[in-house]
Amino acid sequence: MKKFVLVSAMSCLGFTAYAQQAPPAEPVTPLAQETRMKALEDQVRTLAEEVAVLRGELNAVRDAKSPQSASDARVLLASSHLDPGTLVTGAPVSPASEPSQLPQTQAAASTQPQTYGGATSNAKLLNPDISLIGDFIGTAGHNIVSPSRSLELHESEVGLQAIIDPYARADAFISFGETGVNVEEGYVTFTSLPAGLLMKVGKLRADFGKVNTIHNHALPYIDRPLATNNLVGGEDGIDDAGISISRFLPAPKDWFFEGTAQVFRGDSSTLYAANRREDLSVVGHVRGYRDLSESTNLDLGISYSRGHSNLGTDLGSNFFTNLYAADATLRWKPLRRAIYKNFLLRTELFWSARDQLSAVNIFETQHAFGMYTSAEYRVNRRWTLGGRFDRSGRATSANLTDTGFSGILTYWPSEFSQIRGQYRFGHLALGAPGDFSNANEFLFQFLFVMGAHGAHPF
Amino acid sequence: MPERKLTTRLNAVTGALALLAALVLLPPSRAAGKLQIMTATTDLAALAQEVGGDKVEVESVARGYQDPHFVDAKPSFLLKLKRADLLIVVGLELEIGWLPPLINQSTNPKIQVGAPGYFDASRFAKILEIPTGQVTRAEGDVHPLGNPHYWLDPENGLRIAKGIADKLSQMRPADSAYFEQRYADFEGRLKQADQKWLEAMKPYAGRKIVTYHRSWPNFAEHFNLNVVGYVEPRPGIPPSPQHTVELISQMKRDNVKVIVVEPYFDLKTPNSVARETGGQVLVLPPSVGGEKEITDYFKLFDYDISRLKQAFDATH
Repeated sequence: MKKFVLVSAMSCLGFTAYAQQAPPAEPVTPLAQETRMKALEDQVRTLAEEVAVLRGELNAVRDAKSPQSASDARVLLASSHLDPGTLVTGAPVSPASEPSQLPQTQAAASTQPQTYGGATSNAKLLNPDISLIGDFIGTAGHNIVSPSRSLELHESEVGLQAIIDPYARADAFISFGETGVNVEEGYVTFTSLPAGLLMKVGKLRADFGKVNTIHNHALPYIDRPLATNNLVGGEDGIDDAGISISRFLPAPKDWFFEGTAQVFRGDSSTLYAANRREDLSVVGHVRGYRDLSESTNLDLGISYSRGHSNLGTDLGSNFFTNLYAADATLRWKPLRRAIYKNFLLRTELFWSARDQLSAVNIFETQHAFGMYTSAEYRVNRRWTLGGRFDRSGRATSANLTDTGFSGILTYWPSEFSQIRGQYRFGHLALGAPGDFSNANEFLFQFLFVMGAHGAHPF
Repeated sequence: MPERKLTTRLNAVTGALALLAALVLLPPSRAAGKLQIMTATTDLAALAQEVGGDKVEVESVARGYQDPHFVDAKPSFLLKLKRADLLIVVGLELEIGWLPPLINQSTNPKIQVGAPGYFDASRFAKILEIPTGQVTRAEGDVHPLGNPHYWLDPENGLRIAKGIADKLSQMRPADSAYFEQRYADFEGRLKQADQKWLEAMKPYAGRKIVTYHRSWPNFAEHFNLNVVGYVEPRPGIPPSPQHTVELISQMKRDNVKVIVVEPYFDLKTPNSVARETGGQVLVLPPSVGGEKEITDYFKLFDYDISRLKQAFDATH
C-alpha cells in the first residue's frame, strides 16, 4: 500500500508540470482593430462615467464633513451611472435625488487620512476568504451514559480558503473548542491534474460515508448519530493526515460514478492508532449519483476503511479494525420553490470488525453493526423539521446496543445564522447486556457565520 | 506463513498498480468539433448561443425559473463541466454558494478560476449598486462587488456578447470571422429590438414600481422605471410584518400599483400587499427560460415588457 501511495503521488506530481496551457495567439485583422477601437471607445466612455460618479462621491464626502451627518449608518448603494442624481438608493425610501443629499453614509468614516495608501488595501485582495462559525450548544435533561455540559461554545471554526496558484487551491478549517485547538481540516487540492484526477493532500475528513465528511455546523442535527460515536471515531471521525485521490468512473447512462482512494497516517481519535510508520490506514469510497427528475435525485455510496485498532497501548500494530459502510440519500427540491420546500431522506449503515485484546482469549474480533436514518423537511423559508432514528452496537463490545431517536426543529433568521432545538431520547446500554438506562434530553444550538464561508460540497 | 504474506503483499501491490493504471489510462471524454460551453445561468447561455451559432454547444447549470443564488451543486453537472472548453459565469459572488465546488471537483484544468476557459461576464458589463462605505450583513445578503443581476439591460447584453465573441475568436481563431459576423448580426438585431422596447416603455417613463428582490436595477435604469421599494426588508431576508406594513403605506403614499415578483418567490406577501394597496402582482421572469416561451434573450425582454405594459395599463 505504501508503494501505491508513493507511485501515485509521484506520478501525479510529475504530471502537474504539463498542466499549464499556453494562451492562444490573438489574430490581428482590420476587423479586430476596428473592434479594438470600439472597445477603447467604450472604455473611455466607462471611465468618463466613473469620473462623474467619483465627482459625485467627492462632493458627498465634502458635504459629509458637516457635523449632523454621522448618525445614519445605512450603506449607500451607488451606481456607476453618469448622473448621480438618478441613483437607486438602498433602503425602500423615496429616492433621494440631489447629490447634496448623499452624505448620510459611512463614507464620512473614510475621510480620515490614509497613511498607507493603496498598497495595503490592494494587498488585502490577496488575503484568503476568512470566516468564523460559532457553534453554541446547550443541553438539559437526563443522561448518565454520555453526559454533556449544560452550556458550551462547542466550537468556533475558523475557515481560510484561497486559490493558491493556477493549479491548486487550499482550505483550512481550524476549530477552537472548549478543550483546545484542532486543525479540523487543512489541505491543498490539485485541480489541474491530468487524466481527470483530483488530489488532496493534508489533513482531511475521510471520504467514509456521508456524515463523516460533514463539519459539525453543517449537520442537520446538533449531535452526531450514535453509530458515529460508537463505531466511527466519535465527533472527529476519521480525520487524519494523508493523501486523497479521486476520479470520475465510467458509468451507465444518466449515472455519475466517482471513486476515491485515500491513505492516512493511521491516527484517528479512538478508532485508529499508528504505533509504527507503516501502520497506515486506508479509505476507499465509491459514489453513485443519479437525477431521477429535475427536482429529485438519488445519491448512493459504499465505503471501506482499514486501520490499526487504537488499543491505548503500542500492541496495536497487530490488531486491525475493518469498517464497511453503505449510504443512501434521496433528495427532493422543486427548483421553482427551492428556498421554501425541500425534503431529504438519508440512511447510513456501518459494520465494524475490530481486533482487540480479550481477557479470555488474548485476541478477539468484535463485530458490531450500527445505522441511522434521518429525514429533513423544509416547511417554509425559515423553518425545517427533522427526525433521526439511531441504533448501534459498540465497537469494543458488540453485545451492547444503543438505540435512540431525535426530533429536530430549525429556524433560520437568515442564511448566516441558525437556531435549532432537538429532543433526544436514548435507550443506552450500561455495562452488562440487558442493562439499560433511558436518556431524555433537550438540546439547543445557536450557529452564526462571520465572513465569506465557502460553499459546502453537495 | 512468510510465503503467504509475501503473496498477499504482491497481490496488494499489483492490485494498487492496476487501479492506478486504470485511473490514469481511462480516456478522458472528448467532444469533437463544437466548442463546449457551460454557463452559470440561462441568460449567459442565450448570449453565448447568439454569437457562437452552430460552432458551439451551450448549456446552463441553473434553470431560468430557479433562484440563481441557490442552486444545488449536483454531481450530474460535474460531467458536463468536465467536458467544457469554456465556463461563463455571472460573477460578483452571485454563484458563490454553489459554483466553486463544482469548478474544483470538475477536474477540468481549462475552466479553473483564472484559466483561459474561465469567463467572468461581469467584467464586461456596467455594474450598478456597488456599495460604498462600510458593508455589513446588517444590510442582508449584500453583494460587495455590486448588483449581479446586470444582464437585464440590453446594453450589457451587447457588451457581454462582444466579450464572448472575442473570447470565442481567441479560442478558435479559424472561426473568428464567423463569430464577428454573428456578433455584428446580433448587435444589429438587438439595437433594433431595443428601439422597439424603449418605444414601448416610453409612455411609462418614471413609473414607480416595487420589486420582491433587488433584481431589476439595470432593467429599471435602461427602461426608465423607478424602483421605490422591495418586498424583502433586506436582500435575502424574507418579508417581515413590520416591513410589509411600511411598504404598504409607502406604496399608498407614492401611488405605486405594480409589484414585480421573480418566479421563484412566494406570492403570499406580495398578494396581501396588492390587496391592501389595490395594486397588482406581476410575476416577471428575470431570466431566459423563466417561462416556456422565453427561449432567447430577445424574448426575455419581449415578454417582460409586454407584461409590464399590461400591468401598467390595468392599474392606471
